[in-house]
Amino acid sequence: MATDTTAATTEAGAPPAVDPRSRWRQILDLLVSNRLALFAMVVLGLVLLAAVFGPWLAPFGVNEVIVQDRLQAPGLDHIFGTDELGRDVFSRVLLGARASLVVGVVAVGISLTAGTLLGLIAGFYGGKTDDFIMRGMDVLFAFPAILMAIAVLAILGPGLVNAMIAIGIVYTPIFARITRGSVLSVREEVYVRAARSLGARDARLIGLHILPNVAAPIIVQTTISLAFAILSEAALSFLGLGVQPPAASWGRMLAEGRGFIQQAWWMAVFPGLAIFVTVLSFNLIGDALRDVLDPRQRSAIESRGLAG
Amino acid sequence: MSQTQTAAEVPGQTGDPVLSVRDLQVRFGTRRGAAHVVNGLNYDLYPGETLGIVGESGSGKSVSTLALMGLVPEPPGRVEGRVELDGVNLLDNSKDEWRNVRGNDIAMIFQDPMTSLNPVLPIGRQVTEHMRLHLGMSESEANDRAVELLERVGLSDARRRLGSYPHQLSGGMRQRVMIAIGLACNPKVLIADEATTALDVTIQAQIVELVGDLQDEFGMGVIWISHDLGVVAGIADRVMVMYAGQVVEEAPVDELYDNPSHPYTLGLLGSLPVLGKEERGDLVAIPGLPPDPVDLPQGCSFRPRCPYQLDERCETERPELRRVVPGHRAACFYEVPEQEQPEDAFDG
Repeated sequence: MATDTTAATTEAGAPPAVDPRSRWRQILDLLVSNRLALFAMVVLGLVLLAAVFGPWLAPFGVNEVIVQDRLQAPGLDHIFGTDELGRDVFSRVLLGARASLVVGVVAVGISLTAGTLLGLIAGFYGGKTDDFIMRGMDVLFAFPAILMAIAVLAILGPGLVNAMIAIGIVYTPIFARITRGSVLSVREEVYVRAARSLGARDARLIGLHILPNVAAPIIVQTTISLAFAILSEAALSFLGLGVQPPAASWGRMLAEGRGFIQQAWWMAVFPGLAIFVTVLSFNLIGDALRDVLDPRQRSAIESRGLAG
Repeated sequence: MSQTQTAAEVPGQTGDPVLSVRDLQVRFGTRRGAAHVVNGLNYDLYPGETLGIVGESGSGKSVSTLALMGLVPEPPGRVEGRVELDGVNLLDNSKDEWRNVRGNDIAMIFQDPMTSLNPVLPIGRQVTEHMRLHLGMSESEANDRAVELLERVGLSDARRRLGSYPHQLSGGMRQRVMIAIGLACNPKVLIADEATTALDVTIQAQIVELVGDLQDEFGMGVIWISHDLGVVAGIADRVMVMYAGQVVEEAPVDELYDNPSHPYTLGLLGSLPVLGKEERGDLVAIPGLPPDPVDLPQGCSFRPRCPYQLDERCETERPELRRVVPGHRAACFYEVPEQEQPEDAFDG
């Protein structure tokens, strides 16, 4: 790609060559050229695979109890060992991926939708609307995240679906703030005024002219929030408020392994590792995305690509 | 307030005005009190005519045109008076009616073409968007019309360019795209707000010429706002000089430059370099700053900076526009002696 852009700019008079790749394709190419991001994407691919095909990939059933094998150290039969009931830890980690990812994605979906919408409205209309929405968000923001989630679950009752809702509510203010901040600068742009001067209605101004121009920070926040949401799910399940036994979830497994940490370290370590690696991957991708979506950073990356 | 000129006084104005502005006032509420930004503006714009509005920053020239499109934010703004487009007062419009005026009857070209296009939308989409909105065109109809318009404003290879993003075009090309967008719905009035200020002079000349040609072709009235008297001299039929939200002088373009009759206009012309003219000493700046719109002087708003200030009448009474010769009016009580201008007058 380096060669065709330089050729286009040196060719005076001719219309600049339109990069045949779409914007998102270019961003993906840049992401892949970042090794850490590539690694993170591969890891997340594996986690996703486990989440989708877990039941078929797992060597044992999630609640298949083999009493004579209980508390076995990692070995050939059970590569992650077994728990106190003789369940295969590897199979449970594999199946726990589904709960973690589903909770993460749905919860972030809730906060992304609600937060972005609220932020767009607050930022675009300003004034009293803005005050009303953002002060509400400030109140939510004032509570520590986990405490807030526990409070919501105390009202709704424990369970997977309620955990998603609770985590979704907890992370809404972050999206609202980030969106509003960006909208405040974009809504004063001349192209927004120009579109208004051409008769565009508010919904179109917000959806077509403002939202795409504030998307970058929201996308980055989404990946980072996914990491936080997975952590929150683990924490809530650890506390017994999320996924209910006997279903498998990483946080739940950590909680169950806690009592056996002296005798069977593998019960806690492997689900812990799974959480660690998944959260790290989301964060790495978030970092890389932030670099790629920021035009100034991006040209630096591209020129590095040219040099190399 | 004074009556506006009749069509007979200015050659080239025929038929009924497309746009009539009567006693237009725009105020903004501020912490320090009401800021009077536009104070009783009266003018007519005829089809095919180009009206130049000149004045320094803060003279109310941009705000007065935003008011024509209902784009003054209310509150904190407040717009009063009448703005008649083909005899209908726009200031009574509902939100929906305003939307129908914007881009359809009155279109606007903004100052900086680098920022007036949405960076994440292909230009084709931006040219067609309001055509589909106002004219109810299908996507392919609108695309065909967009190609036609882009070719008309001098963009080569227009069909391929529909998919280009703004950053792939130069400043001049972007301003051409903005003009194409402005013309898409055949507006009756086109407002160019400092439309060439951000461009270099050769592109400026091309854009000025293009707008002139398009005006002959489409017959719309053009309001050309600029602080650059040179550009206005090149494009306008008639010029209004604004100061502190009021018109201080109004005349056909040649008359204004030959026979400036308001001290402020004299000052503006005196601060302009003239190519090829024999050196007559330094360029003269007008001393002082425009008045604070929250606290306008009681009499003539230009008095604190005026080198003449003939008597106390200037301090107590606001001068109305007064006829100098037919078609030429100035808001000054006195005949400004031309010989004295402007070297001595504005020195020291």
